[in-house]
Amino acid sequence: MGMPITVEIVDNNDTRLLADTFKFFQEVDNRYSTYKTNSEITHINNGLPKSKWSAEMRQVLRLCDATKQQTDGYFDIEHEGKIDPSGLVKGWAIWEAAKRLRKRDSRNFYIEAGGDIQTYGNNAERQPWTVGIRNPFNRDEIIKVLHIKNKGVATSGTYIRGQHIYSPHQPNTSLTDVQSLTVVGQNIYEADRFATAAFAMGKDGIHFVERTEGLEGYMVDNKGTATLTTGFGEYVYA
Amino acid sequence: MKKYIIGIMLLGVLVVYSLGIRHQQPKITPPTSLAANNTPSSTTSSSGTPPPTNSSSTGATSSTSQNSGGSYKDGSYTGSVGDAYYGNVQVRATISGGKITDVTFLQYPNTHSTSVYINQQAMPYLQQEAIKAQSANVNIISGATYTSQAFIQSLSSALSQA
Repeated sequence: MGMPITVEIVDNNDTRLLADTFKFFQEVDNRYSTYKTNSEITHINNGLPKSKWSAEMRQVLRLCDATKQQTDGYFDIEHEGKIDPSGLVKGWAIWEAAKRLRKRDSRNFYIEAGGDIQTYGNNAERQPWTVGIRNPFNRDEIIKVLHIKNKGVATSGTYIRGQHIYSPHQPNTSLTDVQSLTVVGQNIYEADRFATAAFAMGKDGIHFVERTEGLEGYMVDNKGTATLTTGFGEYVYA
Repeated sequence: MKKYIIGIMLLGVLVVYSLGIRHQQPKITPPTSLAANNTPSSTTSSSGTPPPTNSSSTGATSSTSQNSGGSYKDGSYTGSVGDAYYGNVQVRATISGGKITDVTFLQYPNTHSTSVYINQQAMPYLQQEAIKAQSANVNIISGATYTSQAFIQSLSSALSQA
């Protein structure tokens, strides 16, 4: 996936847990990276017959299909006849890795990959993990601090300026109206896939998050105004 | 007995009034229906109609140029501003040869903003705030990465072909 991955486990000194987690992410990358000429997804895009797809790949692609249905078509992995499930795989992989750590008796940890996070339990100070939302206008700044326990946090956004992208469903809404959209979900799989889809909805995305059960969101628009879903305040620490 | 007399008097006033209205309104299409055809607002008919049927309406202004044989005086008439709930309605009627030849809407509820208003009403009210820098003393940072940028670029190029 070519992105920094951080894993912190506070209640277990077994370094194999860390090693195995990174190994898992490496496997995921080898299978789903469209940049790798030898990945399964590249083979599929080059015409590998469906009978030869791995069971895991089929499951992930089924999840992509379901997500497309649940987001009114906004989540779509197909582009120019090729498929790229990376918009879902990151969250899915973090969630899978977290479940594996849980099975091996880790209770207080977090996994972060490219700004998407799953936390469990508390930090080393026995306080809830604090998650900062990055200022989309200034990478060095934090604009919100959350307390996240046993949940997932994902942020979708774009730092590219001057784009003119329009949603097919709302030609009057430029996607650049929204700078970033942070979604807190029951787990990082839910948070990530819906953050990706809701971001594509422009300013309506925050309303999609509002009406989707189990999700809360924090949207920053291009004027530096944040919009919060009704239950988001429950996670806000500062 | 007193009520009876007042009732009859009221009825008489109404009859006289309706006769007067009928006398004032020959042949031509009543402007009320004309206005109703042009806006979704019922308020238009009460405040935005041309003066002849609504000559007592306050705030209406008119500029009469000549008197013809028709029932309306030639000229153009600006109606008062009416609140049509989703916005104001104001029309200007032009009379020529005693007939309404044009009705111009000076103000009307913009259909776009109306639908936007309705859309926003249908959505729950969401709290807003200006973003503000906080202490950077956190365990983990959530922010967008290239993944979503790629997604947006992909969407953009897809739509450019749509």
